[in-house]
Amino acid sequence: MTSGISRRDSLILGGAALGAIGVPIIGARAQAPTPSDVPMADVKPPEFPIEKGASLHVIRPAKFIDPDQVYWDINTKRFTETTGIPVSVNYISWEDLRPQTAVIANTGAGADIVFGWAIDPFLYEAKLVGMNDLAEYLGKKYGGWFDIARLYGTRWKTNYWHSLPIGGGTGPTVYRISWVKQAGYDKIPNDLDGFMTLCQKLKQIGHPCGFSIGHAVGDANGFCSWALWAHGAEVVDPEGKVALDSKETVAALKYVAELYKYMIPGTIAWNDSGNNKAYAAGDISLTFNGVSIYYVLKNSPDPTLQAMAKDTMHQAVPQGLAKRSPMTAGPMNAMLFKHSKYPNAAKEYIRFLMEAPQYGPWLAKCYGYWSEPLKSYAKMKFWTEDPKLAPYANAMDTIYYDGYDGPITAAASAVVANYTVVDMFAAVATGNSTPQSAIRTAVRQAERYYKS
Amino acid sequence: MDATVQTIATFHPREDGWFTRLFDWKPFLVALCMLPAAGLLLVFLTYPLGLGIWLAFTDTTIGQPGHWIGLENFISLFNDSVFWMAVTNTIFYTASATVGKFALGLWLALLLNHHIPFKAFIRAILLLPWIVPTVLSAIAWWWIYDPQFSIISYVVVNVLHLKTNYIDFLGTPWHARWSLVVANIWRGIPFVAITLLAGLQTISPSLYEAALLDGASGWQQFRRITVPMLMPILAIVLTLSILFTFSDFQLVYAITRGGPFNTTHLMATLAFQRAIDGSELGEGAAIAVSMIPFLVVATLVSFFGLGRRKWMQGEGND
Repeated sequence: MTSGISRRDSLILGGAALGAIGVPIIGARAQAPTPSDVPMADVKPPEFPIEKGASLHVIRPAKFIDPDQVYWDINTKRFTETTGIPVSVNYISWEDLRPQTAVIANTGAGADIVFGWAIDPFLYEAKLVGMNDLAEYLGKKYGGWFDIARLYGTRWKTNYWHSLPIGGGTGPTVYRISWVKQAGYDKIPNDLDGFMTLCQKLKQIGHPCGFSIGHAVGDANGFCSWALWAHGAEVVDPEGKVALDSKETVAALKYVAELYKYMIPGTIAWNDSGNNKAYAAGDISLTFNGVSIYYVLKNSPDPTLQAMAKDTMHQAVPQGLAKRSPMTAGPMNAMLFKHSKYPNAAKEYIRFLMEAPQYGPWLAKCYGYWSEPLKSYAKMKFWTEDPKLAPYANAMDTIYYDGYDGPITAAASAVVANYTVVDMFAAVATGNSTPQSAIRTAVRQAERYYKS
Repeated sequence: MDATVQTIATFHPREDGWFTRLFDWKPFLVALCMLPAAGLLLVFLTYPLGLGIWLAFTDTTIGQPGHWIGLENFISLFNDSVFWMAVTNTIFYTASATVGKFALGLWLALLLNHHIPFKAFIRAILLLPWIVPTVLSAIAWWWIYDPQFSIISYVVVNVLHLKTNYIDFLGTPWHARWSLVVANIWRGIPFVAITLLAGLQTISPSLYEAALLDGASGWQQFRRITVPMLMPILAIVLTLSILFTFSDFQLVYAITRGGPFNTTHLMATLAFQRAIDGSELGEGAAIAVSMIPFLVVATLVSFFGLGRRKWMQGEGND
């Protein structure tokens, strides 16, 4: 499959793939032009002497939008043409990725590089090749790393890079301009009381907001984390002790309980696609989501949906009591396993993907779906050409993450996966529990994860 | 030797080699023939079961090997209110779905036992809910129960104007539970109906004729002939149905994922959430292992409670 693909073959393959998809690109040349809108310093790349007969096997998350896969494949083919190293890329569904990563880590076989999620780099740190040389080079060349990229790429409170952040996805406010204007606002208020009043007015005009508080792994956790952080509450303190039992948490619970009254009914039964469906049907006017809603509307052949896309705007989530907008951006990190026979080839592949001629077009055509971890890429033209993409441009410029503000450990993921915080909010919002008893339950569950 | 018979040649049967004798030895042949089946069972049934039970006594997570911790997982589950909610949910779900399936399945079987037009066609489409992959029918039910897009709500509100608000199928705990039970009953009726229909057809019509001659009413015929004759098959179907329903996963996972806030979690879905999503394999395995006592009790009750010897082996075996 991956052995014996000559330069000529990959050119033909590339041409065929492009022809089939019909996406216009500059041509499968070995040297692509460098984008002019990415400022970069003149830094010599580190030397990775490529092993003889190298070939790479890579796995990464499956695409949600087509350009993600198309441009990744184009970049990979260009790498093969330039270096002669065949690379096979497997796109794995999101739910299967973490168990597969675990198998690869434990058996020492399978992929060389895994582009994975969440705290997996921390779990398998001992099995990963250090990335300091690549990380320092890229940081120097492209203006430095954003905070959350550094947080997820390095061992807690050290300068040791165990993995390389490739990009992150975030969920700002997505809203209908005309309906928000009808409710009497030009933009989304940044304070909590203003936001509540806006949502109240939106319900009065018959276009309510909607946020999932059901078992939606992305949306519900995102919304409930925002509620906590915007009130100054947190799950864990910097020492790693569960800090949910506070008056800030009670305030957050009461806030969401009141907000629930102004939401469209039934959001407790929403999974991750619930708000997408409702927004596209014109049932809700406001929600928190990634760029997928806007992207689908904009690229739809249906003129009604295109009109909705024109009427859609994004804004960073309300700050509330936090010092900066409390959005997090779940990063995807490149993990190079020690069991790989060709670590130099692998590092060269990752370096190649992150360089401007490859990364720039991929980032731009993904249209805000991915946000960059390196500061220079925030200056690309496409971010400002469509003003609706503004909140995604600096998505990784955040200090908030799952399990804020404690150390990044497996416990943080377990809390998210078991919906500890989400269930706490859901119980109070539906009136099934008082804030105090919901907090007690959540604290007990969180402590079970954090103590081990 | 007498003069009329001449010995031309004598046939000496060759001594059987050890190999031949081995293959003639019955115990060996039996073992050899059972080997493929036993091998499959061992690899695909015994090993995973044994591994699962062993995992329940360790603190294995996805990504790290675990150590033996004894009963610690079970003790922490004993104090976990979500676990007990999953247990009561599972018992409620199994009980109500089984009653529904059997009532409706038996009724359907009785109806189909008569000569009705298009009998063969109806029997064939009756099987559809069972054949359609559960995940697909679960997603269809998910749409039917959707808070904004439910077809039932649409008909009730927009067409018949009986209500003003869309029906909340999955937003409150008891609504969600009953909605799932209904979906499960819909899916499970064919299995019960077809099996009971097969059982009904083995009942000799001469029994009914004799009863009719004796002046028995329809109900008496049902009670005195149909039910006792059906008992053996009923016991088996009941056991299987309880086993399948108790360990149901797909329906609940696809429709509610255990929500709203854990009130529709079954033991299987909770085990999956803890083990795979939450990476705590040991704890998930412990939840799965806790299902075993319930299933064993259910099987024993079905077999020995309902299966009196006469019923187990058919009438005439008193």
